[in-house]
Amino acid sequence: MEYLPNILFAIALVIGIGFFTKNVKKLSRNIKLGKDVDVSDNKQQRWKNMARIALGQTKMVVRPIAGLMHIIVYVGFIIINIEVLEIILDGLLGTHRLFAPLGSLYNILIGSFEVLALLVIVAITVFWIRRNIIKLKRFIKPEMEGWPKKDGNMILYIELVLMFLFLTMNAADFQLQQLNAEHYVKAGAFPVSQFLVPLFDGMSIANLIIIERTAWWLHILGILTFLNYLYYSKHLHIILAFPNTYYGKLKPMGQVNNVEAVTNEVKLMMDPSADPYAAPAEDAPEPEKFGASDVMDLNWVQLLNAYTCTECGRCTSECPANQTGKKLSPRKIMMDTRDRLEEVGKNMDANKGEFVADGKQLLDDYISQEELWACTTCNACVQACPVSIDPLSIIMEMRRFLVMEQSAAPTELNNMMSNIENNGAPWPYNQMDRLNWVNE
Amino acid sequence: MSEELKVKTMEEFMAQGTQPEILFWVGSAGSYDDRAKKISRAFVKILNKANVEFAVLGAEESCTGDVAKRAGNEFLFQMQAMMNIEVLNGYEIKRIVTCDPHSFNTLKNEYPGLGGNYDVVHHTQYIKELMDNGRLSVEGQVYKEKRITFHDPCYLARANSIFDAPRDVLKKTNADIVEMKRHKKTALCCGAGGAQMFKEPEKGDMDVNVLRTKEALETNPNIIATGCPYCNTMMTDGIKAHEKEESIAVLDVAELIANSI
Repeated sequence: MEYLPNILFAIALVIGIGFFTKNVKKLSRNIKLGKDVDVSDNKQQRWKNMARIALGQTKMVVRPIAGLMHIIVYVGFIIINIEVLEIILDGLLGTHRLFAPLGSLYNILIGSFEVLALLVIVAITVFWIRRNIIKLKRFIKPEMEGWPKKDGNMILYIELVLMFLFLTMNAADFQLQQLNAEHYVKAGAFPVSQFLVPLFDGMSIANLIIIERTAWWLHILGILTFLNYLYYSKHLHIILAFPNTYYGKLKPMGQVNNVEAVTNEVKLMMDPSADPYAAPAEDAPEPEKFGASDVMDLNWVQLLNAYTCTECGRCTSECPANQTGKKLSPRKIMMDTRDRLEEVGKNMDANKGEFVADGKQLLDDYISQEELWACTTCNACVQACPVSIDPLSIIMEMRRFLVMEQSAAPTELNNMMSNIENNGAPWPYNQMDRLNWVNE
Repeated sequence: MSEELKVKTMEEFMAQGTQPEILFWVGSAGSYDDRAKKISRAFVKILNKANVEFAVLGAEESCTGDVAKRAGNEFLFQMQAMMNIEVLNGYEIKRIVTCDPHSFNTLKNEYPGLGGNYDVVHHTQYIKELMDNGRLSVEGQVYKEKRITFHDPCYLARANSIFDAPRDVLKKTNADIVEMKRHKKTALCCGAGGAQMFKEPEKGDMDVNVLRTKEALETNPNIIATGCPYCNTMMTDGIKAHEKEESIAVLDVAELIANSI
């Protein structure tokens, strides 16, 4: 019986981490459904970007209030994880405050965890107020209705509860230390939880131990649950922001990739020695589909982008189309991509790993043509994203599908394009008149 | 009819067996659009004044294909690009200047992958270069103490991180340069990019150019300066929507400089 808590703890840990690993595998499989893209260049610059943008949070602070609050939660999260390491070891070994022999360093550590926990509580409260009381515009756009709104608040509630459990656990521990309770070594500093101690006045050691143990268990079980919540939530960004900033675009924002398959065909068309009537070789691969109508047509970095998006809406709030009341919202492009990718993933799970056509696709079923045609390709969304997501690249791929596979551009654009084909300008003027402006 | 401009084509340079210092890529707007043609003329006036040996392609120039690419027609873009590259490489062009940030971006960033490698500069950069090299001097009288706000073209500023050249050039006019709340990397688009210039906007509650001119008007300017023919059209329409066309002018940086030399 003596080892029962250790065993229960080990089981909880294995289940928690095991389930998470399973979901990470699924995540990786889904991302790999995307087309291959070469991002092996400029490793040094990529590491720098990751350090600067993800680790250093440089783009978060463009908006100072949200940026500062986010840094508090982020730093709190990372630092308090040192405490989680102690908790895990204590749980497995049946020890209590294993790191206590660190002495004054331990006091500093526990003390700073407490201060951070308090700051995190303040930041979370500010976040909650911004979402639910002030109702900042970017948090109440149409795509945020339903689950995304619940998800956003759920994350805040879970974090709040975890912080309170951590402080309650420490407060009870502190009181037990003062009562010279067995096993409760005098260790740690409690600058914040000391103020909770009066709540325990006159309480017996036995009851205090129940409170301390309950808070301890709920705290670690809560963390394991939160870990497993990530896969289903926009909160996945706490992990994916790092690879995503690493694989982010390095070229000038204005540079749109040239489609290689098109280059090959155009070169063939312009080659005077090519036989225009030649039948394709027997073993010729099937002609590639141009552009994207579904998630499998996008590249894997774009799919990683979709899973990384935490729906903060900075892109949408900077988008000229969205600001002027059009349907386009770059955030929705990312959310739709993820939702469809999840749907495809579930389809594969249900069909032994093979995707079975479901009569749906990203285009039209999720993202409408009206949204795609409202984009000015201005890159404001790309500039605004704090984690290097590129919604514009997805819009471009889908436009390519519409135009090159379906000839489904708006009429005015078709006119513009036939002008270019006929006379080398988007307007119907004679190419021989190109120099008339000199003498006008 | 304004003053005589000296413009030579690449063909003429070829016939003489000489190379120009630079090729002026006029672009479709600069060639055909009535408003943008004035910008081309203003820029040539500057080039003439600075005695720059420059060439144009004339009838051999064709649309860069940028707008087709942004509309999703990669085929048409690459057809245009490869035809243009054939002409440019045939003439052994090394350096290109253009008044259109869209042509600038495409020539600079998207042509190299298709075999067209050139040193491409925006006209505001080139004007600054002429000033820095002492080839062009500006008399800062016409716009002295006028309030000018510069609207950053997306494809110059955000897309290619060029913000200083147009501002440095404008400062030479002794005008008072005032910034809109959103400028440089965070400037709001004029609404013309991504092929929007050639179609009606989607349903919404405002046009993008009206919103952007509203931001420009908040700086209380005498002049809104632009560096892109499409921005110019959009901002001009924008001030009309705000009924300010009588009191506020929308002028390209090249026009402001051409009027100051």
